[in-house]
Parts: sequence; C-alpha cells; structure tokens
Amino acid sequence: MAANETADSVSPAPMTMAEKVWREHVVVAGSEQDGHRTPDLLYIDLHLVHEVTSPQAFEGLRLAGRGVRRTEHTIATEDHNTPTVDIDRPIADPTSRKQVDTLRTNAEEFGVRLHSLGDADQGIVHVIGPQLGLTQPGMTVVCGDSHTSTHGAFGALAMGIGTSEVEHVLATQTLPLKPFRTMAITVNGTLRPGVSSKDVILAVIAKIGTGGGQGYVLEYRGEAVEKLSMDARMTICNMSIEAGARAGMIAPDQTTFDFIAGRPHAPQGAEWDEAVEYWKTLRTDEDAVFDAEVVIDADELEPFVTWGTNPGQGVSLSGSVPQPTDFDDPAARDAAERALEYMALEPGTPMRDIRVDTVFLGSCTNSRMEDLRAAAEIIRGRSKDPDVRMIVVPGSDRVRLEAEAEGLDRIFTEFGAEWRFAGCSMCLGMNPDQLAEGERCASTSNRNFEGRQGKGGRTHLVSPVVAAATAVRGTLSAPSDVLSPAPQPA
Amino acid sequence: MEPITTHTGVGVPLRASNVDTDQIIPAVYLKRITRTGFEDALFSSWRRNPDFVLNRPEYADGSVLVAGPDFGTGSSREHAVWALKDYGFRVVIAARFADIFRGNSGKQGLLTAQVPQAEVELIWKELENDPGLEVAVDLVERTVRCGSVETSFEIDDYTRWRLLEGHDDISLTLQHEDAISAYEATRHRFRPKTLPART
Repeated sequence: MAANETADSVSPAPMTMAEKVWREHVVVAGSEQDGHRTPDLLYIDLHLVHEVTSPQAFEGLRLAGRGVRRTEHTIATEDHNTPTVDIDRPIADPTSRKQVDTLRTNAEEFGVRLHSLGDADQGIVHVIGPQLGLTQPGMTVVCGDSHTSTHGAFGALAMGIGTSEVEHVLATQTLPLKPFRTMAITVNGTLRPGVSSKDVILAVIAKIGTGGGQGYVLEYRGEAVEKLSMDARMTICNMSIEAGARAGMIAPDQTTFDFIAGRPHAPQGAEWDEAVEYWKTLRTDEDAVFDAEVVIDADELEPFVTWGTNPGQGVSLSGSVPQPTDFDDPAARDAAERALEYMALEPGTPMRDIRVDTVFLGSCTNSRMEDLRAAAEIIRGRSKDPDVRMIVVPGSDRVRLEAEAEGLDRIFTEFGAEWRFAGCSMCLGMNPDQLAEGERCASTSNRNFEGRQGKGGRTHLVSPVVAAATAVRGTLSAPSDVLSPAPQPA
Repeated sequence: MEPITTHTGVGVPLRASNVDTDQIIPAVYLKRITRTGFEDALFSSWRRNPDFVLNRPEYADGSVLVAGPDFGTGSSREHAVWALKDYGFRVVIAARFADIFRGNSGKQGLLTAQVPQAEVELIWKELENDPGLEVAVDLVERTVRCGSVETSFEIDDYTRWRLLEGHDDISLTLQHEDAISAYEATRHRFRPKTLPART
C-alpha cells in the first residue's frame, strides 16, 4: 500500500481507509538505498501493554539505558495470567505472580499507567481500550498481542506486534512497517436471527483460509456490517488475524461516534466536533481500488462452528464433520486427517450430535455486554445440561459490574454457570482455567489450536448464542434448537 | 544482532501445515520473563510423542527446519522465535509464513526462507531418504541447496539487508529522532492521551 506512494505525493488519487490512516502517520517515508527499499516509519498513537509480551521489552530498554518516549500514549493492564476467582488473594502460581509483579515494577519504574487486578478498569487489553474511549477512528494502535486487530472496528489501523517491536515502540513511539495490500470483504444482505458477527468471521476464514489474508489489511463493508453494533464489529475485526491478516478495519459511522461519545477519553467540546469532521473523511473513497475482493451473502449464513484444529476448519452447524478426502489440496487433506484424530471425530458425524463437556463464554472475541446479553437471553428460564460445565468470564471488570447491575450474573448462576472475574481465562489457559486432557469445549474464543485451552483439550469455536444453546442441550446447538422444538432430520 | 550470510546445517522435515505458535511454544512457557532458555519449550507437546521428528537421533543437530505452508500462524508471541533459536534452529524454510512470525524472526536473526511448496516437497524427500543430510542456505545469493535440489528463496530486500548487516531496528529509527519530534508537533490535538488518567 502506501509504501509506493510517498507522504509528499500530491496526487489526489482515491484511497482506501487503510491507506488514508497509513499516510497520515508516515514520519519518514521509505526510500531506495543500497539495493533495498527502507520501510515507511509510522507514528503510533496508542500502545497497549500486558504482562506476557512486555517483560523482555522493558528489560531491553533498561539494558540500553532508554526510557519510554511517550508514556501518555501507553497503557498497561494485567489479563493473560490473572485468576478469575479469589482475585483478592495473591496469585497462586508463582511464575504467573512473578510475571504480573514484573509488569507492576516496570510500569512504576517507566511511568506507564497500569490497571491492575482488582481495579475497575482492569480487563482484557482489547476490551479496556475501547471502553475507556482510547480507541478512536484513524489512529494507529499496537499491542504485543495478535488480537489487536480488534480495534480496527473503529476505523483504526491496529495490529499485533512481537516483543522486539514492543520495545521499539516504547523507545521511539514509531514502527517501521512493511507495505500492506488491501482486501475488501463485502457482506451483503441481512443476518438471520440467531446468526451473529462471529458466524460471519468464521465463514470468512473458512472461505479465504488461515493464510488468505497474509500481507493484507482487510476492510469489512457492506449492508450487513453497517448494521452491526460496535461490540459485534469488534468480534469480526478481532479474528482478522485468524485469516492471516494483521489488521481488519470497518469504516467509522454514526454507530462508532455514538459509542465513543461520553467515554472517559473521548474528545470534548470543540475538539469533539473537529474529531468527528476528521473521522468522516476516513471512509474509503468511492473510486478506490482494493487489491483483492471477497463477497459474502449474509442471508445465506447459518450458525458456524469449527470441527478441526485451525480456525479455517469450520462448517455450518447444520453440516457434518467432513471427510479428509473432501479436500483436493494435499496439505489441507493431511491437516484434516491430523485434526480429526486430535479432535476424536468421525467423518460424517452431524455437528449437532457432538457432545461437549465445557462451555466457555469469554475472551477478547466475545466477552462484551452484547455477548453476555445475547447468551443470557437464550438461557433465561432454562436449565443447563447437568453434565456440562459452563464458565462465563466478562471481558473487563467494568463489563462485570455493568452485567451485574442488569442482573445477568443471576441469570447465569441460576442456570448453573460459573460467573467469574475478568481476564483472558480459558481462551489460552495461562491461568488455572484450563481444559483437562480429552475434554471437549464449545468456546466463544478465537483459536481451536491443539492444546490451546489446556493440554489435550478439544475446542469448537462458536458464537455466544450457540454457546448458550449448547449449554442447555449438551450437544452443539443453534439458538433455534432451544427456542423452538428441535428440527426433524431431513 | 549477529549478521547472517550463509548457513549450512542438518535439515529437519516437519510435514505439517498451519504450524501455529501455540504448537511451537505452548502458553504455559510464556510466563517466563527472560529472553533466553526456551529450548525445552520448543514443540513441547509434540515432543511427548516418541515418533516426532525432533526425537529422532539423526536430526539431533538439526538447524534448518523445513515445514509445511502457513508456518507460525496465530499468537504474536516472539517466544516462538526465541524457542526455535535457543533449540539451535537458524533457518526455517516454508512456502508461506504468518506475517507477525516472519517479522519477529527478522528482528531476532532467524532466517525465514520462502520456497514454493513443490520445492519443499522435494527437500522433504531428500531429507527423509537420507536423514541427517545438510541444507545449505545462502542469504547473499538467496539460494537453498539440499542433495540434488537447488532452488532460490524469497525474502524482502530490507529484511535481507538487515540480516546481512546485523542491524538493530531501534538504533536505525533513533537516527530519525528529529523527524519524530517534528511529526509529534503536527498531530491532531484531539488525539487521546492515556495520561492523566480519566476513568
């Protein structure tokens, strides 16, 4: 993308949103030297920090005698290791405790704002940025976490980075970035009841593959996307990385502005008007050309669920576990064989016949108010399958408090689910919330990799309403299976 | 960072696509706060299987990993690169790499050589027919040689230059400190600040 067009180019050529944000942030344009082209150096507006990918970066600063260049563009929280029960006691696992303590020491030493366990603004890093109003359109946002793509829902260029890059941003507030290509993902039509943005993104990944987005910034657009709330848009952008794309974006509109207005760090007074004027200019120009385009028909979509061990191995809930021989590509066939063995699934098994042990409602993909409300709506007045364990983990402590104010916690606990404190929890099992060997889970998280939720654990990725319906019936289920009599087999 | 120009070492065929960073290093090992000492963590779940390729004695000194497409997908954890390097790998060859993994590798001096899948298949056959066979990788010429297979690989010019020179990104960027300060003076005034904290 922008690397071929330097910042001082005067051509008014139509641009995509990603190109506009990129161009606005070029500090030093790339140039040809010694037979290679240096990348553009981009300014970073917001750097989110958590305990897992930052200790070695702070240590690097210390060794080099460097400080944090812009503490006022940096914010940290504790999320990956934090327990979701007994949060008033010291963290039991000494290595987890040490890592969290290290973040606390580093934040203090370098002057970085930190929201620690027990603070109302603590929570999953990708939930608290938007919640505080720190994530805004047209910004560059980075974090040492691949799900930073979440913030693209606001029309920000947001991407996950590694620890060396975390250190680089801490030291310089900039990042040299390789050029991207752009891909439009247009979702036409209207989502049917019971079909959510999670199903949209799972269908996108199944269509383009886990490598389909490599080298691209995705822009989700079209009627179905425009109708989505910010919570739902964040779910879609969150999983852009599962399609191989570092970033995914959605054009800011009135829904975006309404979400930001009044939040703690939203612009105020004259600055608000100035900001909105600017945000409105970010949309992709009419005549702009994307390097690739994908079209999805929302009316055709059904609840989607994964059967394998990468997020591209998904199928409609009304479908069946595929045969490896269904795949022409030898690598995909081998991957399917390996996945079915790990998942202990027989080809041809209807997805709805798959029984689960655990249901996990949470993660940076699906732990916001809308997700909790949608799941609560399905289970309200129903009882949980007695053999299923259900864990509900709000994305932030503020989400927990808001849900409790609405009485959602009581709906979950009366149903028989465990209502927990905020954090990443069972999405990746760095805290004690893990699957046991061989345990099968319907999870609203983002990765069904081998062992992701606990050594030997088996993950099926689902939407919050599918998770809720599954907890009622004990087998992978659509909301319609619970809300009306189960459909007869065709 | 140590400069790299060429590397020759035992090739290890890893016949799997979509090798995600959770497999390269499971999350339980990410609690460490050091940057080294991750060799025990590399592929720790798969290494429990005695038939896993890294458990075979003929590959014990492996330093060139030859993997299936979409290597390094998923989590941004740079620990995946540290674990590969600490174990002794200097080069990974695959048809496609996940963007973040490839970027992290470039920062840490792990060479990621992109080779078409058809060539990867040929290299796998060579390595399996003659376990312990060496792979020679030349970053200057961008070539991979293994038995009778000789092919060129792709890597972007800038990363190649940085690896050849052993440059550290932060020092390169700090040469532009004046430009960064000048840019900061022109930013929109409505851009948010995390400090002072508002809640």
